[in-house]
Amino acid sequence: MSASLLIRGGHLLDPGQGMDKVGDLLIIEDKVVWIGDKGRAPQPPHKVIDASGLIVCPGFIDLHCHLREPGFEDKETIATGTKAAARGGFTTVCCMPNTNPPLDSQASIDYVRKTAEADGMVRVLPIGCVTKGRQGKELTEMFELGNAGVVGFSDDGEPVSNSRIMCLAMEYSQNLGLSIIDHCEDKEFSDGGTMNEGWVSARLGLKGIPSAAEEIIVARDLALAQLTSARLHIAHVSTKGSVDLIRRAKEKGITVTSEVTPHHLTLSEERVMGLPSVNGHQLAYDTNAKVNPPLRTAEDISSLIDGLGDGVIDAIATDHAPHTSVDKMCEFGLAAFGISGLETAFACLMSLVHSGELDLKTLVSKLTFAPAKIIGSKASELGALRVGYPADITLLDPNKEWMVDSQQFVSKGRNTPFNGCQLKGKVMATVFAGNIVYKDNSWKA
Amino acid sequence: MKITEQGSSTAIPEIFTHPDIDAWQRRHVLDLDDFTREEMELVFDIADAMAEVLTREVKRVPTLRGKTMVTMFYEPSTRTRASFELAAKSLSADTLSLDATKSSVVKGESLVDNLRTLQALGADVIVMRHSQSGAPYLATQYLNTSIINAGDGWHAHPSQALLDLYTIRRHLGKLTDLRVAIVGDIMHSRVARSNIWGMSTMGVKVVLCAPSTLLPHGLSEFLTRCRFSNVSIEPRLESAVEGADVVMLLRLQMERQQSGLLPSLREYIQNYQLTQHRLSLAKPCALVLHPGPVNEGVEVCPEVAHGAQSAIEQQVTNGVAIRMALLYLIAGGKRSNVS
Repeated sequence: MSASLLIRGGHLLDPGQGMDKVGDLLIIEDKVVWIGDKGRAPQPPHKVIDASGLIVCPGFIDLHCHLREPGFEDKETIATGTKAAARGGFTTVCCMPNTNPPLDSQASIDYVRKTAEADGMVRVLPIGCVTKGRQGKELTEMFELGNAGVVGFSDDGEPVSNSRIMCLAMEYSQNLGLSIIDHCEDKEFSDGGTMNEGWVSARLGLKGIPSAAEEIIVARDLALAQLTSARLHIAHVSTKGSVDLIRRAKEKGITVTSEVTPHHLTLSEERVMGLPSVNGHQLAYDTNAKVNPPLRTAEDISSLIDGLGDGVIDAIATDHAPHTSVDKMCEFGLAAFGISGLETAFACLMSLVHSGELDLKTLVSKLTFAPAKIIGSKASELGALRVGYPADITLLDPNKEWMVDSQQFVSKGRNTPFNGCQLKGKVMATVFAGNIVYKDNSWKA
Repeated sequence: MKITEQGSSTAIPEIFTHPDIDAWQRRHVLDLDDFTREEMELVFDIADAMAEVLTREVKRVPTLRGKTMVTMFYEPSTRTRASFELAAKSLSADTLSLDATKSSVVKGESLVDNLRTLQALGADVIVMRHSQSGAPYLATQYLNTSIINAGDGWHAHPSQALLDLYTIRRHLGKLTDLRVAIVGDIMHSRVARSNIWGMSTMGVKVVLCAPSTLLPHGLSEFLTRCRFSNVSIEPRLESAVEGADVVMLLRLQMERQQSGLLPSLREYIQNYQLTQHRLSLAKPCALVLHPGPVNEGVEVCPEVAHGAQSAIEQQVTNGVAIRMALLYLIAGGKRSNVS
């Protein structure tokens, strides 16, 4: 008899198919084989997890993370990054190609896939470059990259600045069924800016990145998507203006999807000035709050949350961007952009559920069913609790309180603006392909 | 050494009995954003005593004997550094002057490691200038040594703002209800930012004047959020200067034109240079200030820069007294430390 695992008595939640009930779920080997009422499982399992009181949902899918390997193994490796993913409830992560060398060839994609098979705790789906070397000049061999297993194309970290090249990329990738994912930033306009352009940048004397630097490229990409009928995915939407543009584009029937990060949904530009302390506000230039796109304003946050609610923003992605302490323990203007986000994503997002701004079903769907749809056919059996599908399951306690301690991160990147924050909601266990790849210390099930 | 000993016999006893001296709790001077009116007045009062020392034949007191001040400049500067060094020497402190543009920084040492080395060498006060806004705030997170910010990027230059306020107070006898026009490149000016905080706390009305491309984006909201009800923005120089008690000019960096913020120097001069005629729109005895170095013929015409209403040279002199006062308060001004 093969290895079997019964997840018993949990609240099965899969908004993609309207599943929302207490029940049991049986896994044999790496597949879900049975879902049904409590105590009715067809055969006695080898192992049982008592999930009563917990949410049992499809394993999270992260459309956007940086695993840094090859090339920047001091920041993260595929081993540590996927371990952090498991801890964050993610069973599938799409890694961005801004590695060294960049993922612009079959050889580099093969390297990532093989390393992930050997060292990875969860599934790694690579994203290939749009242009060779991320230089924005010549297209990559997209057919070959597609065959090698990429789930989308992006020069993330850089936009494809030249509109003609972007147009060609959209046309050329059309028949592959894969999205072009753009990091929307007019770099000549943002011109070395380090935080949101607004009153905080004026107060701190820092060079700002205007909202319009993002919106200009969002608008251009939408026009190109309309022209080419290509699949466009806008990465890390951060401004109200972008949400408005994407909303109008969707109304017009343009094939666009978009994502937002947990930090853009929960933190504003004011976080750069540090956390309020007991003795008032100790001004800081907190490099852990330096991220690109930058943390924006309360108005932007509320628009992003609305966008999630009404479907303008399809998915939540972490943009997990681990860095070493050397990259961050320096002058604000010289510090690297990025937040190590995999291990705090769910708990951060739960703050929106607890405050009533987002409902749990929407949240889970934005982390499971919705991103699966965006990566398309290569993920057609992911992001759902279904018989015959891979046994990728995440168990959540929406009410468990805990304090973020970045020193306890399994990611190499301890760069988080949430360090020391008391959060409510925790990933209790992660099952990937039938194996328990993460279990919370405090949970004795 | 003899000379120093003589100085000690004629030290400055009056400052040790200042009623507010024990209220000073500050270890660092990073900006004026958290200074109270009383603290600034204490600095000015002590600067008065220091200014008196500077008029003596032997311009030296032994107050900070045995203390070490290090100036660590990551950006070129002549006058601020010279002013701090002179101030420290007048208080008999040992001074060490490091040019970070030529030191281990070039070899890749980080700011924090660099400053830790100075701390380990025994610096009591580090005076730092850096091209990156916020750099001294980073330093205070990892160091015990006192830090005086001698200018960080576009952010703050507290000793300059204090000497500006002090110069105004000495010339006009008060600060409350005065109207000061700050003219020029507000966007990139740490002097303007520190003066906004300092002047507002002292009850000065501030008018910021610049072409729109040289005003920081978000300035109006910054003024609202931080409750600067006495600070306004006036794009036209004539209107800004009208009725002003003080006109403070800022240096226009030539690269502003090169980076496209101004169409030409010519047009800037035509619209924003303080000429004799424009100065005549201000109050009759209005003071002209400039943090230096002055681009004569750009932001100010030579006749005004060197005219009767100019206090630009006094600013430099007052700067030494202000920096002596700061060093004194930071490195040895506590009664317990000197008794």
